[in-house]
Amino acid sequence: MEGVYAFCVGVLTTCGIFLTLRGRTFSVVMGLTLLSYAVNLFLFASGRLKMNSAAVLGQSASYTDPLPQALVLTAIVIGFAMTAFVVILAMRSYADQGSDHVDGRIPQPSTSVYRPLKRGQ
Amino acid sequence: MNLLWIVLLPLLGTMVPLLTDRFGRSICALSVAILPAWALLLVFMNLGEVFDGQVIRQTIDWIPAMGLQLAFRLDGLTLLFLLLILGIGLLVILYARYYLSAKDSMGRFYAYLILFMTAMVGIVMSNNLIQLWMFWELTSISSFLLISFWSHKSDARKGARMALTITGAGGLALLAGLLMIGNIVGSYHLDTVLASGDLIRAHAAYPVVLILVLLGAFTKSAQFPFHFWLPHAMAAPTPVSAYLHSATMVKAGIFLMARFYPVLAGTDLWFMIVSLTGLATLLLGAYIALFKHDLKGLLAYSTISHLGLITLLLGMNSDMAAVAAIFHIINHATFKASLFMAAGIIDHESGSRDMRKLNGLWKYMPYTATLAMVAALSMAGVPLFNGFLSKEMFFVATLNQSMLGSLSWIVPLLATVGAAFSVAYSLRFIHDVFFNGEPIGLPKTPKEPPRYMKVPVEILVTLCLLVGIFPGYVVEGLLNVASYAVLAGELPEYNLAVWHGFNIPLFMSLLAMAGGLIIYYNRRHLFQFQSHFEEPDAKHIFEGVIQSIVQFCQKTVATLENGSLQRYISLLFLMTLVMAAGPLLGLHENTGSRSEIPLDGIALTGAGVLILSAAATVFWHRSRFIALLFLSVVGLVVSLIFARFSAPDLALTQLAVEIVTIILLLLALFFLPQSTQKESSPSRLSRDLLVSALIGGVIGTISYAILTSPLDTISDFFLANSKTGGGGTNVVNVILVDFRGFDTWGEITVLGIAALGIFKLMARMRLYVPISDEKARPWSNDPHPMILEMISQSLLPLALLVSAYIFLRGHNLPGGGFIAGLITSVAIIQQYIAHGVKWIKPRLKIDYQWLIAGGILIATFTGLGSWLVGRPFLTTWFDHFHLPWIGEFELASAILFDLGVYLTVVGATMLILANLGKLTTSERFDIRGHD
Repeated sequence: MEGVYAFCVGVLTTCGIFLTLRGRTFSVVMGLTLLSYAVNLFLFASGRLKMNSAAVLGQSASYTDPLPQALVLTAIVIGFAMTAFVVILAMRSYADQGSDHVDGRIPQPSTSVYRPLKRGQ
Repeated sequence: MNLLWIVLLPLLGTMVPLLTDRFGRSICALSVAILPAWALLLVFMNLGEVFDGQVIRQTIDWIPAMGLQLAFRLDGLTLLFLLLILGIGLLVILYARYYLSAKDSMGRFYAYLILFMTAMVGIVMSNNLIQLWMFWELTSISSFLLISFWSHKSDARKGARMALTITGAGGLALLAGLLMIGNIVGSYHLDTVLASGDLIRAHAAYPVVLILVLLGAFTKSAQFPFHFWLPHAMAAPTPVSAYLHSATMVKAGIFLMARFYPVLAGTDLWFMIVSLTGLATLLLGAYIALFKHDLKGLLAYSTISHLGLITLLLGMNSDMAAVAAIFHIINHATFKASLFMAAGIIDHESGSRDMRKLNGLWKYMPYTATLAMVAALSMAGVPLFNGFLSKEMFFVATLNQSMLGSLSWIVPLLATVGAAFSVAYSLRFIHDVFFNGEPIGLPKTPKEPPRYMKVPVEILVTLCLLVGIFPGYVVEGLLNVASYAVLAGELPEYNLAVWHGFNIPLFMSLLAMAGGLIIYYNRRHLFQFQSHFEEPDAKHIFEGVIQSIVQFCQKTVATLENGSLQRYISLLFLMTLVMAAGPLLGLHENTGSRSEIPLDGIALTGAGVLILSAAATVFWHRSRFIALLFLSVVGLVVSLIFARFSAPDLALTQLAVEIVTIILLLLALFFLPQSTQKESSPSRLSRDLLVSALIGGVIGTISYAILTSPLDTISDFFLANSKTGGGGTNVVNVILVDFRGFDTWGEITVLGIAALGIFKLMARMRLYVPISDEKARPWSNDPHPMILEMISQSLLPLALLVSAYIFLRGHNLPGGGFIAGLITSVAIIQQYIAHGVKWIKPRLKIDYQWLIAGGILIATFTGLGSWLVGRPFLTTWFDHFHLPWIGEFELASAILFDLGVYLTVVGATMLILANLGKLTTSERFDIRGHD
């Protein structure tokens, strides 16, 4: 189970980072959201995986570690505030710059897409 | 024990002039003088003990955890400097009252001046190296403010910047040196350091320490080759020059050398560096001073020369020379401060400082002229004035050294040459200004200054004479205790007297005077000779260097920062990869000893859905709506993961947040383009994929290693004390509202700030509202379907009830303020979606900003409440009660705190979503920021 969990965290991180590296604000926002899932799961993992043992006293025989849960709980809410802030920032940038590119302007094609091959490449 | 107050009083005094500025100039000056005078009185109260040879100490814990203390000491050397700083400081306050014109802001000037005074007092009284350094830097900063006081003048700004750069750079070197000393000795306490001289001198790093500390001292005391900032600092008002650049700040470097004399001196290296630097500075300063036409320029180079003399004396490694150095500190401070003040009077009353214009002022201001001439004669080292005494001691010291082996005779010769130039420029000061014909083209007719402007000069000149004629009575005691503190041991035999009989030093003095006369008489030839050399302008060179550094930095920044966010992020991630993957490469085992939970079908299905939908989000990320749907699937699976692994609170929170987030992103998508064009090149795509896959691999590996290693946690404390200490059985919630309540309190504050920031960003956002989607399909013409309206309306009470239930049970079962707040928000948002803003507006009159503020305030006051009963911030109170019919129940202050959390969450979420939703409707113009 642990291996699958770790693999999922890895996949979420990969997808999140890939999207954050895109050039449009909305992709970056989605990337950040994926990344924050990954981070929350990663932090949650520090309490190890345990089933049927919620940290509610008197409800089960042994309890899981409640501390990472408390940290992740606030992290989820703060993560929402951050996502919201970035989204609104993206909208504001689109409104003010007229483009939803992360740099506020679209780079010239010659520098990004159709770069001629240099010698040695 | 009142040492702290000696520092504190001037510090408080910094505020005084700002308050009394409006009551007129005299009252302002008077009020400014009170606190330093009080501090001086405190110094005098300790006089007896210090003269008995005691060192008075006072230590107050500052940051005990780091071993930092506020430590003060008062010994002979400190006493001497305190008298100079506070005494001359008071005279300068009086002088500045008359010097400053009505246009200058007197309050600001005095505030800077007293700040500087505090810094100097702090340096000399510090008994801790780090503390000493902090005050040292404060002198650099306050002197920057003082030099640039007339900030409309380019000279003043450039001079101030130069002084700050040079002394600030020296300060950094000094910090490094002091840290190394602290490292060698194992303590930053000055007492300990002063007692470990042998340890430091024997240490392998001694040369480095010495050079670093001396860099600090030499830059501050304007020693060659760092001397060039001092003449440019003369752009400051003259009281500043009299105070900082003759009596105190430039002496801070000298003080540093004297303070560390028992620790650093006594080696050949000290001897070579300090004495040769001093000698070079002495000669250079004396020579250049003669050619300066500006009165203050002459005095500035003369100061450099005299500072060189003191440095040379300290560098000779002889007790006698050290005593002479201390003596010259006193003498130089008195005659040079009075000369600067006299120069200021001349400038003030005649409108010029140019000695080519100033001639024959004797006729106009005989009284000031007399005072200035006495001080100048003292500077020249003429008998019966105090400068003579220390100069004689200096000559004796040069005769008793063997610096240069068999060439040592050259030192007394050079000393005599320096003294001759000193006589020559003093003569020039007297003759050119007060005699030598008539003034040429002065802007106004010179006259005597106001009566009280002369008082400080009179006092200082009287001191020059008293010390010069009765040295044994006036200064010997002070000199003894100060020298005792520097030498930290036996004092050498010396005799302060005007007349020592016919000996070589006297002969050298006579020779210097005759030489000075000859040089001055033949000055035309010298001036002509000097005019062949182009005078290097330190300011141009310095500015050039600064400009080229700035250009280099700009170029570097421009290469690194090209304005592309994608580039920054990829650099950031690459660095993360390097930092995180590096240590992993050395690790051979990534599986711990913890036994793994066996896989089952549910887990595999969940993992499959998660991975597929994450991949689908990426794959279809250019069709944004589809990607968003897959993103929401990921969020739901994450919430299921939490539910499965015993985290019901997290599952509930994640579920609620997921809904809110997706609604938010859908709203945003309404305005933003709904698809993305293909624009990344294949090479870029593969690069990004590689970087993100590598980081994902690293993170996955780390989390696998964590998951399989045995758990070692501090949570047993929380589990054990949750019920007894926090009064709740849901440990996660008790941690949030009690054990780590302070964190939560900070967290909701951040949430509130983020919401307010978003609100501000939305105000005046000019967004075009699309009338159709990208494929030109118009929006539905029934924005509020009736079925949705009906269902959501009837769901509202139910949803609110659920949220109240979740909130109330939160302390003992999964739930709590965060989750309840989110559920309430979702319920309200549903109403917005179903009915629209227009319908909601008259029915729901809640100001969400007030909700946020109220929530944070409730949480804060709950926390503060525990202070009333003498407990730390946010200590929970709870008790059990019994009511008829209802039965046993529990009341805890934590629920009040949780209420604050609840209100803040509702307020923040609604402020964001309701206002964003409003943008899509005709109510959009109601959103206003407070600007």
